[in-house]
Amino acid sequence: MSQVSMRIWRGDANGGDFETYTVDKQEGEVVLDVIHRIQATEAPDLACRWNCKAGKCGSCAAEVNGKPRLMCMTRMDQLPEGDVTVTPMKTFPIIRDLVTDVSFNYAMAERVPALLPPPMPEGGYRMFQEDVERGQEFRKCIECFMCQNVCHVIRDHEENKAHYAGPRFFIRYAELEMHPLDQNDRRELAQEVMGLGYCNITKCCTEVCPEHIKITDNAIIPLKERVVDAKYDPVAWLGRKIRRGSKRSATDAQVQPAP
Amino acid sequence: MTAIEHSTQVVLGGTRGGPEVSTLRQDRWWIQPVITVAVLTSFVIYATWAAFQKGNYFVGNFGAHELISPFDSPCLTATCGDAQIFHTGLGLAWLPPALLILIFPLGFRMTCYYYRRSYYRAFWWAPPACGVADAHGSYSGETRFPLIIQNVHRYFFYFGLVFNVLLTYDAIRAFHVVGGGWGISVGSLVLTLNATLLWLYSLSCHACRHLCGGQVRSFHDHPIRHKLWKFVTPLNAKHMNFAWASLVVVALTDVYVRLVASGSIRDLVIF
Repeated sequence: MSQVSMRIWRGDANGGDFETYTVDKQEGEVVLDVIHRIQATEAPDLACRWNCKAGKCGSCAAEVNGKPRLMCMTRMDQLPEGDVTVTPMKTFPIIRDLVTDVSFNYAMAERVPALLPPPMPEGGYRMFQEDVERGQEFRKCIECFMCQNVCHVIRDHEENKAHYAGPRFFIRYAELEMHPLDQNDRRELAQEVMGLGYCNITKCCTEVCPEHIKITDNAIIPLKERVVDAKYDPVAWLGRKIRRGSKRSATDAQVQPAP
Repeated sequence: MTAIEHSTQVVLGGTRGGPEVSTLRQDRWWIQPVITVAVLTSFVIYATWAAFQKGNYFVGNFGAHELISPFDSPCLTATCGDAQIFHTGLGLAWLPPALLILIFPLGFRMTCYYYRRSYYRAFWWAPPACGVADAHGSYSGETRFPLIIQNVHRYFFYFGLVFNVLLTYDAIRAFHVVGGGWGISVGSLVLTLNATLLWLYSLSCHACRHLCGGQVRSFHDHPIRHKLWKFVTPLNAKHMNFAWASLVVVALTDVYVRLVASGSIRDLVIF
């Protein structure tokens, strides 16, 4: 039986290094299977986060050969010949081995203003199918945070974490912006507080998304265009002035903070 | 560790895992940036040379199909002669006609979301590829001058539509034989292909998708805009393909017209 060398990052906040484990190749295995086999045989203290093993919980996100991947969805036989390198997600602080502290994302999630529907009309709220369908793609997000991890705005510039929400939350902003019942206006907030302008649309978030959400084309760019409507387009500004009162505007709308 | 003041604290500066290297990728991630640099640099060099030419951009001699280079159309200066589709009275005989108008198609492509992705990666290395370190010590993205100007993309899109109408007129004119009659030549097909690809590139633009219907909150309340949005959305998915195809074809169209206009080749008449 042929073998494969797994170079796995071992360490914590005090430092670390690669350790190499040579394991047998078994047909049909994914990287997470091999990690579990190493845990069961050579390194019982190897830390890794996992849950569903079906690509739906997002827990086992790591970097395989330098690319953000879900370990449970990365087949060993699809990796090139040679050593396989497994490291924790680079953008977030390490806890131990392959486990990172992703609480940055939860902090950013709390900053998204909640849905603000109008007062309940008689008969209740109604949404139509075409409007429901629009946001469905964004709801596929499993919060693996690989898009956040690969985004160079925070991956290579730690200081930007203070004012940059990242692709996962631009999806959320876009979903709420496109919600027909929402009265909040997040355009100013997305640009000025959540750092939408930092995104230079290099589409890495879209490339790594395991749910194949078109993050850049369907969420970030539409959001950027809405910001242009609100801030940079004099014709749109004039239109708002003429129709003042009949349309929401970035300056008029009230933003309801998160609970 | 630095904590920022906000409703929710974000803690900066924790120790990251993994080695301090620019990338652990083992594949040939550099191929895509190299190809982008090669194609865009070649185009810029050729377009710069072509823009400074004051001749060989129009074929209008008796019996030939009327062909005008897309780089020089609409031809607005005093030297244009029969290449003008309307007389502007601008003068400016010293100015190569392309220099007067090139800012519009150039601006449209420079601010295009797809080209931004390409040149930020290939030329600016921010980042060169996914999972490969950004080449810069600090990064402000499109939040300040000059890159904040990218937000004018939709205005270049509007100008682009005007150019598309004019280039479509040029394509129709290319079926006309000087001295009377209509027919088909390789030149007329080349100009038609060029105009078609430019329309596809413009209609697949993200700004176009937004203006068609993307900006509304409720599709149900705007059924016509919803239909327009549904029409351009599949085109938008192919925006990259149209961007490259139209870029290459517009350059080749210029080459073809110059070769015919200079007498190096004959415009082959099909019928």
